[in-house]
Formats: sequence, C-alpha cells, structure tokens
Amino acid sequence: MSDRERGQSEGRRQEETEEQRTDAVETDTDLDALDDLLDEIDEVLEENAEEFVKNYVQKGGQ
Amino acid sequence: MALHKVLGTETEYGIVVRGDPGFNPAVASSLVVNSYPGERVKVQWSYEEESPGRDARGFGHDTYGLIDPEGAVVNSVLSNGARLYVDHAHPEYSGPETYDPLEAALYDKAGEVVMHRAAVAASESAGRQVSLYKNNSDGKGNSYGAHENYLLSRETPFGDVIRYGLTFMVTRQIFTGAGKIGKENDRPDADFQITQRADFFEEEVGLETTLKRPIINTRDEPHGDPSQYRRLHVIIGDANLSEPQNFLKLGTTALMLAALEDGAIPDSLDLADPVEACWQVSHDLSLGRPLELDGGGTATALELQGRYLEWLSKYVEKELDEPVWRQLIAEWERTLTMLSTDPDKLSDTLDWVAKKRLLEGYVERDGLQWTNNKLRALDLQYHDVDPERGLYSRLARRGSMRRLFTDEEIAAAVSSPPTRTRAYFRGRCVSEFAGSLVAANWDSLVFDIGEAHLKRVPMMEPLRGDAALVGKLLDEAEDAADLLRRLEG
Repeated sequence: MSDRERGQSEGRRQEETEEQRTDAVETDTDLDALDDLLDEIDEVLEENAEEFVKNYVQKGGQ
Repeated sequence: MALHKVLGTETEYGIVVRGDPGFNPAVASSLVVNSYPGERVKVQWSYEEESPGRDARGFGHDTYGLIDPEGAVVNSVLSNGARLYVDHAHPEYSGPETYDPLEAALYDKAGEVVMHRAAVAASESAGRQVSLYKNNSDGKGNSYGAHENYLLSRETPFGDVIRYGLTFMVTRQIFTGAGKIGKENDRPDADFQITQRADFFEEEVGLETTLKRPIINTRDEPHGDPSQYRRLHVIIGDANLSEPQNFLKLGTTALMLAALEDGAIPDSLDLADPVEACWQVSHDLSLGRPLELDGGGTATALELQGRYLEWLSKYVEKELDEPVWRQLIAEWERTLTMLSTDPDKLSDTLDWVAKKRLLEGYVERDGLQWTNNKLRALDLQYHDVDPERGLYSRLARRGSMRRLFTDEEIAAAVSSPPTRTRAYFRGRCVSEFAGSLVAANWDSLVFDIGEAHLKRVPMMEPLRGDAALVGKLLDEAEDAADLLRRLEG
C-alpha cells in the first residue's frame, strides 16, 4: 500500500468511526436501550456466578 | 529525528477449564497452544539472544537460582509473525512487530481471534470447555500482564525514560484502564476502579515483572542490535478490548517516547509519590483527585495528560505530520475533553466506562451490592474471548462500541504478517517454508535444509525484512535452501 492509499484507507476508517459513534449515541443513551442490553446479557451471564467467581483463580502471571 | 517507533504487544490470557476447578493451568495452557488450528510452525524458541535478566541500569540481577520456566514449554510462530506460547501458567500471544499504533492495535485484536480458535480446538480435544479471558486480574490478588514494547535508540539515556516516563505512565491510566470491581494487594477499599493493574504496582523502577512490579520496567533485552537499540518493556497497562482505546494507549505512549528522544518534552512533571499516585488515579472515578507534585502544588491526572497533549500536538504538527498521528491526536483530544465533561459518554470507547455502565445498570435494576457475585462474574465475562459469551463482543456487535477495524481486516491480520517490519519475513517463512523452519526468535530464524549444520538467519534490524526488501525474493524462492542461497547472494 502506498502512503497515499494508506491515508485514504485511514480517512475511510475515520468516517466509519464517525458513523458508528453517532449510531451508538442514538441507540444507547436512553434507558430503554440499557434495559434491552441488560436483558440480552441476562441470557448469556454465567448461570452459577458464585461458583464461577470462586473457581476463577489465576496464579503465576507477570 | 527520533528512531521510528516499531511497537507490539504481548498478552497473557486468563484460563479456566469448566467443570474441573482443580485443573493444572500450565498443562491447560499447553493444550490451548498445541491445539491452535491456524497456520503456524511449532518451533524451538532459541534463547541465545534473549536475556530477560539483563538490567538497563547496567547491573545484573539475582534470579534466585530459577531457570527460565519458559524454556521447557511449547512455542509456535504464526503466519502473521506472532508468537503463541505458554508463559508460566497462561497462554500468551505476542503480536508481531508493527509499524504504527493502528497496526499494533489491529494485530493485538487478531490475537483475540487466535486465542478463541485455540480455545475451541482445545475444548474439543479435552472434552471440557476451556475458556480464555483477555484481562489482567482474578480479583483475588493475582495479576497477569498485558505488556507493550517500543523501540528506542540505544543513545537515549535510560534515566530520561524514567524521569519523563513515570508521570506519563501513571496519568495515562485514565484512558488505558479496563475497569475492575474492588481492590487488591492491600490497597484501600473501592467498589469499582479504573484499571485492573494499578493496585499491583509497588516500585517506581525495577527489573521485576511478577512481584513488586515497577511503573518503569528496566528489562534490557532489545531483540535487535544491542549497540543501536533498546526496547522499552511497558508492564503497567491493562489489556484492552476496545479498539480505539488500544490505539490510544499504544499511540500516545509511542508518541511520548518519540518526543522524548527528540527533546520535545519540556517538563518531567514529577509527582511527589508516583507509586501512591498510581493506585490513587485508578481509584478516583471522579477524575478530580489532586495529585501532589514534587516541586509543590497539585494537579489532576486529567490536567497532566492535558499538558502532554498540548506538547505532543505541536510535536506532531512539526515532526510527524502523517494521517495516523493526526488521527491519534484527534482521538486523544476527544477522550480528554469527554473525560473532563461527561465521562459516561465514553462508554463506546473505553473498556472501564463500558463495563461500569453495565455494572451500574445491574446495581440499579436488581438492587445489587457491588460485592455481589453476579457483578463479579459480569466483570470477568466482559473479557471472555468467545464472541457469544464475551460481553465486550456482545456490545461491539450491537454497535455500542466504536470500531477501528472491520472483521475482514482482523481475519486478514490473523493469517498475514505486517508488511513494513521484519515480521513480514518471519510470517512468510512460516507460510511457505514451514517444514524447514526449526527454531525462531524475534531476531533470528533457524532452518534445517538437510545439510550437516542448521542455518541461522539473523534479523537484527526491526525494519529490515519488510515486503519492499524481501517480498520478491520470497515470491521467487523455490524452497528454503533456494531462499538461503538468494539471501547469501
């Protein structure tokens, strides 16, 4: 990729980012959207939270 | 002009084997690394050029008789130039050397896909589900790292890195944190804090990475020509899932180091006590806590970051007027402005704000205490690399997190190397001469071409071995022996 092509591709990314930012603000700032989101998370949250948290032990890291 | 800031990341992932709480993490991590189904070569990682015990301040370090525990475990090099291996008790992905922070963030994101694919394959062969987490704390006093690496000139006095780096590293936490419930390591109580790592930092400067962690790590292991280069090994950051946040973390730090080498940082902005300030910044959700300055007076982390932004914006205008750095300055400016006016609006950009929003939603809706296990489980699950279970992934799929990369770009970065660093040569050799590649390191490859002796190809220059230099040669080489003949010729 030439520098110019890179510049264009980055410009495009910036534009996409702008669009997504607008979307996120529109869909998620109101409380209904948060409720909706929490409902979705309810479906995938660990079923046995207590056991999961208890067993999550990570020794020997940097 | 500062040395080009070649950079990369290395991330240890948390690991769980479901239904087997007594699992051996080293064995499970080996299973994960061995199971990865993507293009790679299992190699011996050669250690003659590595010296993690060497200290940048110029004196050796007592390893207490410990032999490097990495030596005996499985290693592989991927076709994207990354290293996938077992580090202590965690699977680790060390991304390839990249040319700029946008590319570094992309290849770090590719690592999540690599880890997910490895976990799926490991689960199949184990008959139990193996889950991996891109986070840095188990909430029980154990931390594991997400390290960053930046190329520095050997001429840069390490004392300058310490002097100018301390305040920057402490204050950047306001936008590098991945968020965590509670406190660890005997720090004061907190419902929620900005970073996963801050509680674990106990020294300003040092060689350790597993205990008494220092804000500035002095490991002097350049992975290149030691007469020309240093590699700054940054251990204080959190692993980030948010793409713009990772870009911001890597980009501001690379820029700071470039400006430091060019003498463009006019003041070291010394804190009276950087170690205390480290956890204080992380615990301060109001972002308004004044930090004591060494020369008297106070300033908030946000104010101090504002100073860096001011200096580095000018530096980019004058010295680095390229799209990637302009994008970085815009992202940085936006982030600091929103942190000072309405931080909650950054729930689409910063992991800690996104996670806090979810947790507060549960606190409010279900009337939960912050110590509730459901919230702690959610805190962990934010980082699950499985796109179905991981809460970051769920948010991203709903359009609630800003993205910098498409899924296609990430998939390409899983299989193909960056084109502008020596990682290109490494990755292409994995794709095309896998059968002849027997050992690797960041700065060399070793081939067995059926002769009496193995052939070692040194790669001591991080920017040599890029597509412009060796692309045609790799296209034309018929086999590894032919490649080596052409390299010698």
